[in-house]
Amino acid sequence: MSANKTLFDKVWDSHVVHKIENGPDVLFIDRHMIHEVTSPVAFLGLKNRGIGVLYNNRTFATADHNTPTINQHLPVEDPLSANQLKMLEENANEHGISYWGLGHEKNGIVHVVGPEYGITQPGATIVCGDSHTSTHGAFGAIAFGIGTSEVEMVLATQCIMQPKPKRMRININGELSKGVTPKDVALFIISQLTTSGATGYFVEYAGDIFRNMSMEGRMTVCNLSIEMGARGGMIAPDEKTFEYIKGREFTPTGADWDKAMTYWETLYTDADAIFDKELTFDGSQIEPMITYGTNPGMGMGISKEIPMATATQGGASSYKKSLEYMKFNEGESMMGKTIDYVFLGSCTNGRIEDFRAFTSLVKGRKKADHVTAWLVPGSHKVEAAIKEEGLLDILTEAGFELREPGCSACLAMNEDKIPAGKLAVSTSNRNFEGRQGPGARTILASPLVAAAAAVTGKVTDPRELMEEVALH
Amino acid sequence: MAYDKFNILTSTAVPLPIENVDTDQIIPARFLKATERKGFGDNLFRDWRYNQDDSPKKDFVLNDPTYSGKILVGGKNFGSGSSREHAAWAVYDYGFRCVVSSFFADIFRNNCLNIGVLPVQVSADFLQKIFDAIEADPKTELEVSLPEQTITLLSSGESESFEINGYKKNNMMNGFDDIDFLLNIKKDIQTFAANTPL
Repeated sequence: MSANKTLFDKVWDSHVVHKIENGPDVLFIDRHMIHEVTSPVAFLGLKNRGIGVLYNNRTFATADHNTPTINQHLPVEDPLSANQLKMLEENANEHGISYWGLGHEKNGIVHVVGPEYGITQPGATIVCGDSHTSTHGAFGAIAFGIGTSEVEMVLATQCIMQPKPKRMRININGELSKGVTPKDVALFIISQLTTSGATGYFVEYAGDIFRNMSMEGRMTVCNLSIEMGARGGMIAPDEKTFEYIKGREFTPTGADWDKAMTYWETLYTDADAIFDKELTFDGSQIEPMITYGTNPGMGMGISKEIPMATATQGGASSYKKSLEYMKFNEGESMMGKTIDYVFLGSCTNGRIEDFRAFTSLVKGRKKADHVTAWLVPGSHKVEAAIKEEGLLDILTEAGFELREPGCSACLAMNEDKIPAGKLAVSTSNRNFEGRQGPGARTILASPLVAAAAAVTGKVTDPRELMEEVALH
Repeated sequence: MAYDKFNILTSTAVPLPIENVDTDQIIPARFLKATERKGFGDNLFRDWRYNQDDSPKKDFVLNDPTYSGKILVGGKNFGSGSSREHAAWAVYDYGFRCVVSSFFADIFRNNCLNIGVLPVQVSADFLQKIFDAIEADPKTELEVSLPEQTITLLSSGESESFEINGYKKNNMMNGFDDIDFLLNIKKDIQTFAANTPL
């Protein structure tokens, strides 16, 4: 094998079925995940063309975007939502696609259940009609979000057609300081690059910081790759990766494992490989992060002040419009601002480690009376672990309730909408205007920052509360 | 499946000089519950276009009869965020056939190309010239020529070329789509699939 390829090149090149001169590559897709919102029109397209699904064993369906997070055992009230869920079930059944609908024990957010059941594997190409498909890059897969036309393409032909993106490597070494989580690392990177800084690139994350992260931490980082415009992000698989996937339902076993391992062991960037762009940051400089504006690039260390419009890279008028929406001012600190809602969950931070982190900080404290907190596990498997590990008891004692799995208030497609004007600290991925409900104002942060806000009722540096615990 | 063919489009344009317009603004999630590709244009820019009581916001450009046309001109980093193709559908369904910006988010650009809406990326300077020209005269016409890969301000004759790969250009000019192409190489795909390790 030639010794100058990046991890990304190795996986991409080995999946090219056909190259078109002055055009895109035809890329074979190993795993395809679908959900209720972006798939119905794709199935309709197949029907209109009079064709079927080429490889139904490579597509997996789960309901997550538009599902209620309470009383899931009851019929879905909203008729449009109920119809969308019914369509997914019918389409999956008609085409023989594995379907984990509402109430199914394996149900959950598509990017949480994929890794949980071993659908996500190193060196695979994985797509889904959802931009946070980049999550699966944590395993050394090429994973990215696609539109509905491409969902139809994959169902019909197991391929998509895209030009090969450029390559970027982001290196972060050093050690993370106390209270700094993978979410903070990602929000830090996005704040440095802006929301369009990696557009046109596929990112590889390298360095001690990512090596030392758990698989769940790596998923959080890769999940947010799209928020700086990147097509996707990936981390080279290592022992931690192989250990994580071993023994899961869809992970290969026996001779198939050995065959896959022969491939997986080649998945790293060669020493002399060249990237189109390379960036390096010092991990020890990162502090707990929060966002203050209406895109994920508008983030800063929690102890800092909101930058002045004159000091920003983009247009001042768009920047000011954004702060106006948030009702914040240039140059002010966010610390101590009264918050109304806390949302713990989503494909970014809805895994067991996120619930452990949140619980560690609220333990022995009480939820602030005026705060409404929505704690939404990413899947039934996460929900079960929260109960088994005794986290639910601690959360209940502290005045919190647990909801049922789903995307929930991250995109507010179901009933979980933050009311207009209310300020929420959310562990999700987007603080766009109205993202969490019309008029809702969102601060993105880690589960620790969310927990600190939930118990104090205001924007609080979690390190202060962690010190208190240490003193006890 | 065929969509509209795109050749030369001459039209007035609707200006939206805001940066980082994300797909949640283009079409909010609560309007993604349909199971058919119908009616999304009604909710294009819903929360910028209407108050919460559904009355139109008078100062939003789509509610201003001064501006109309088949070309939408947006600020830098247009279409960021969610992969929802519904955003491109809403743009199309409202009546736009071309979106002009100095920078597009990846997935939105792909989605547009896949449904026959032409994304035209111009320089920041030229984008500003377009905004200025429309501000000076809302009836200013733009000519977008796909065969020539040029966009021209007809009032001044100023023109700039834009990039599109030859394959997609051919698709758009003829109304072909990727599935037509892929079904023709199905045998190659099946051979490939039989030999893949995963």
